[in-house]
Amino acid sequence: MNPVDTVTLPPGPGWLEARRTASGERLAAAEVPSTDEEVWRYSRIGELDLAAYRPVPGSPGSDVVEGARRRADRVVGERAGLAVVVDGHLAHVELDEQAAAAGVVLGAAADVAGGEAVLGAVFGARDDYFGALNDAGAPAPAVLDVPRGTALDRPIVVVHHTAAEGGLSLPRLAVRAGENSEVALVDLAASEDVAALTVPVVELDVGASARLTYLAVQDLGPRVWQIGTQASRVAGQARLVSATAAFGGDYARLRTDCALTGRGASGDLLAVYFGDGDQTLDFRTFQDHVAADTTSNLLFKGAVGGRSRSVYTGLIRVRPDARGTNAFQTNRNIKLSEDAWAESVPNLEIENNDVRCSHASTVGPIDELQRFYLESRGVPPAAAERLVVAGFFDEVLGQLPAPGVVAELRRRIADKLEQQP
Amino acid sequence: MASHELVIEGLRAEVEGREILRGVDLVVRSGEVHAVMGPNGSGKSTLSHVLMGRPGYRVTGGAVTLDGTDLLALEPWERAQAGLFLAMQYPVEVPGVSLEDLFAESFRAAGRDLADVRDRMVAEAERIGFDERFLARQLNVDLSGGEQKRNETLQLGVLRPAIAILDELDSGLDVDALRRVSRRVEEATTEWGLGVLAITHYSRLLHELKSDQVHILVQGRIRESGGPELAQALEAEGYARFGVDESVDGEPAAGVAADPFADPFADPLA
Repeated sequence: MNPVDTVTLPPGPGWLEARRTASGERLAAAEVPSTDEEVWRYSRIGELDLAAYRPVPGSPGSDVVEGARRRADRVVGERAGLAVVVDGHLAHVELDEQAAAAGVVLGAAADVAGGEAVLGAVFGARDDYFGALNDAGAPAPAVLDVPRGTALDRPIVVVHHTAAEGGLSLPRLAVRAGENSEVALVDLAASEDVAALTVPVVELDVGASARLTYLAVQDLGPRVWQIGTQASRVAGQARLVSATAAFGGDYARLRTDCALTGRGASGDLLAVYFGDGDQTLDFRTFQDHVAADTTSNLLFKGAVGGRSRSVYTGLIRVRPDARGTNAFQTNRNIKLSEDAWAESVPNLEIENNDVRCSHASTVGPIDELQRFYLESRGVPPAAAERLVVAGFFDEVLGQLPAPGVVAELRRRIADKLEQQP
Repeated sequence: MASHELVIEGLRAEVEGREILRGVDLVVRSGEVHAVMGPNGSGKSTLSHVLMGRPGYRVTGGAVTLDGTDLLALEPWERAQAGLFLAMQYPVEVPGVSLEDLFAESFRAAGRDLADVRDRMVAEAERIGFDERFLARQLNVDLSGGEQKRNETLQLGVLRPAIAILDELDSGLDVDALRRVSRRVEEATTEWGLGVLAITHYSRLLHELKSDQVHILVQGRIRESGGPELAQALEAEGYARFGVDESVDGEPAAGVAADPFADPFADPLA
């Protein structure tokens, strides 16, 4: 089934058309996954009615772009560039002179020099259904290309907005941080209060000795479905810090693949998430140690209230050549209500003996003694709960690569706590 | 000076179905220091937990009032707001929460002015030799046992309760720190008339913290009450006359051989 073959995509250069065609063929042959597959276990994929969503043909009005710009101003502040993507269409791009003069490229893969090399470099031809769907149907894949040796002192911001009722949006962002470059990227995903499906793919290609930080804030409306992928490749001596804060969506899934392909590469994978109402927040992570002396550190912390659910499954894979690997994986969950539910399944697959690996996972209510300690000082129960939960997230927030955004995340967490019965 | 009165009458309580307190009677008034001493397993810590309402403890009889208010009918935070404070033997680590967060919420609930909290924290820290850089730390996280006890004492100074229960305040403190913390508590008894219920196994605390009355708790009951001389007598004899072979100064009691059949895993906190 190919839900995108009924619309005409904006035409692109030959290489892009060829890519779309090949992916369209794979998509036509692929099956929508089911919960029988391990990586879709505990998911709500069985509820997805793809026919209920239609690709969104055109770009939005300028008021949407203006709203996105204000959001970037408020949440991030000073920046080196901004791209606004609405329902998968690249609606607006701005890049400050300094960054442009340094050779930084931000724009549509179809238009910019090097687009062909960057798009798909990390997330190549995929047989998985949603990967192929994005590849075949993304109307305007975007590229951020930072040349070797370039350091940006302010972040690049990408705002992903979902606006069309009944829309299927397929945003694609491919990032290349050149050798020994340094760049911070903040990705703000939000939506109107619409029923929509978004299938975003973000590729992060971190060149040798480069330092890339990526922070995604997912604040979609309560009727939006997200089936997202974030794939990264980290070269020798390079460092990736990739963080996600997930608050919104009806069913919001994010698959994170981090491949450490060069000797001495490191990847920190962080997440905070907070579900309430009937939400499901679903995370699948893969720490893939390909090369020797690589380090990955994963810390995902979440809270679930109301009747919401969270799923975490993670795999650390250490390949035969990856001696000297350090790999850590921790997932902790607080259940704020009896009806909330959190699943946590960490896993290891180790094919080399010279490694240090650990994994830990917990699911439980707010610590009774922590609450008692605060209450014994005169703090009322609701405030004690708020302090303990905010403190629980602090371990992750303190490590986030974009300190300016942390205030917004704390506010968001406080909002969510206020809404708890 | 305010005048408050904590009255404990016939208090009985159990933990996991086991009766630990079997009828405790005590009255603590403003400005007074009462020491409750007792051997391991006598119910000392249980008494402190039950008074503050720690989860897991069940009151099966008796009454506790503060200025006539039935404390047992209140939630722990309401007991604190009513004027009760507990310096815990093992303060709980609360990651990501600072002292200032705690005071802000506690003061807000009480309708107290927050403006000078920071100054009071600094002043209290100085009085007990608590390093100011610990003030920004997460509550009790990465603090040594002694630092945690100073942190508890600092909170007592900022919150200014009517009655403070000090549960084994001396454990973890060296002699110098114990002296400073004891001075602070004593000064509070005259500064705002703090009433103190100091729970301890050893007489060490009482060398520094002058107590008006000493009560001996054995098997969940106050077996004897008296002046400071009672602690001195205990120091010489241990708890032997209450049928327990335990010293009060950490050394084997004079003339009493250590019980070779004593349970080495007995819960010293019970």
